Amino acid sequence: MKIHIPTPLRQYAGKKASIDVQADNVGQALSALTATYPDLRRHLYTDEGKLRAFVNVYLNDEDIRYLHKESTPVKENDSLSIVPSIAGGAGACCCSCRMNA
Amino acid sequence: MLRIDQTCYEQLRRHGEETYPHECCGVLLGRVEDEDQRLVTSIARAGNTRTDSPQNRYNIDPRELITIQRQARELGLDIVGFYHSHPDHPARWSSTDLAEAHWLGCSYVITRVEKGQARETNAFLLLGGEEAEKQFQDEPLEVVAQIAETKTPA
Repeated sequence: MKIHIPTPLRQYAGKKASIDVQADNVGQALSALTATYPDLRRHLYTDEGKLRAFVNVYLNDEDIRYLHKESTPVKENDSLSIVPSIAGGAGACCCSCRMNA
Repeated sequence: MLRIDQTCYEQLRRHGEETYPHECCGVLLGRVEDEDQRLVTSIARAGNTRTDSPQNRYNIDPRELITIQRQARELGLDIVGFYHSHPDHPARWSSTDLAEAHWLGCSYVITRVEKGQARETNAFLLLGGEEAEKQFQDEPLEVVAQIAETKTPA
């Protein structure tokens, strides 16, 4: 299966945009990825070994949190996308921003 | 340095005016020339899923991003950053923007939209080797009349 690597993590994955791995489920696929590129691990997982909250993992077009998480079975033609969340907003502004506007 | 095609620049500012008084958001597509220079040759609008507080928050559905990424890939483009608007608020990053920014090495473009009119547009580069070290740095923004490869992914 193919794992798509987001732009900011490519520097830890040999500058590759996608990587092919052999796996039976999502957890195995991510393990294969981090075994080949160990520097990726700390960007994907907490010290406790859990996927970081802002790291979304999609199997094709489905969020694995709504499937069977890392136990979700995968097939050879599937693709896994690692997608750090994109959010923010004016909400609480930095203290100097009004002066800098 | 973020160099952005004039048409893209106008499109993202217009997007902020259209969604006013809500924040708009979208994706900057193009290519990285080197570590110090990103080129934006296309933008992709995204929906703001923060319906609970759209006037001062934005969120892009990862599923929509995957679709945008797939279309961009077919055109040989990469995600080089994101944009959003600050309705009636400065075009500076907020603590919320920093806390929720995770695309290290990418550009975040913010437009102030005052009473429905786009005003300043600024770019910030998210720096840091990992989450704990991340910080925004002011990034020079250059609007270029035309950059080769101005295809649209949709």
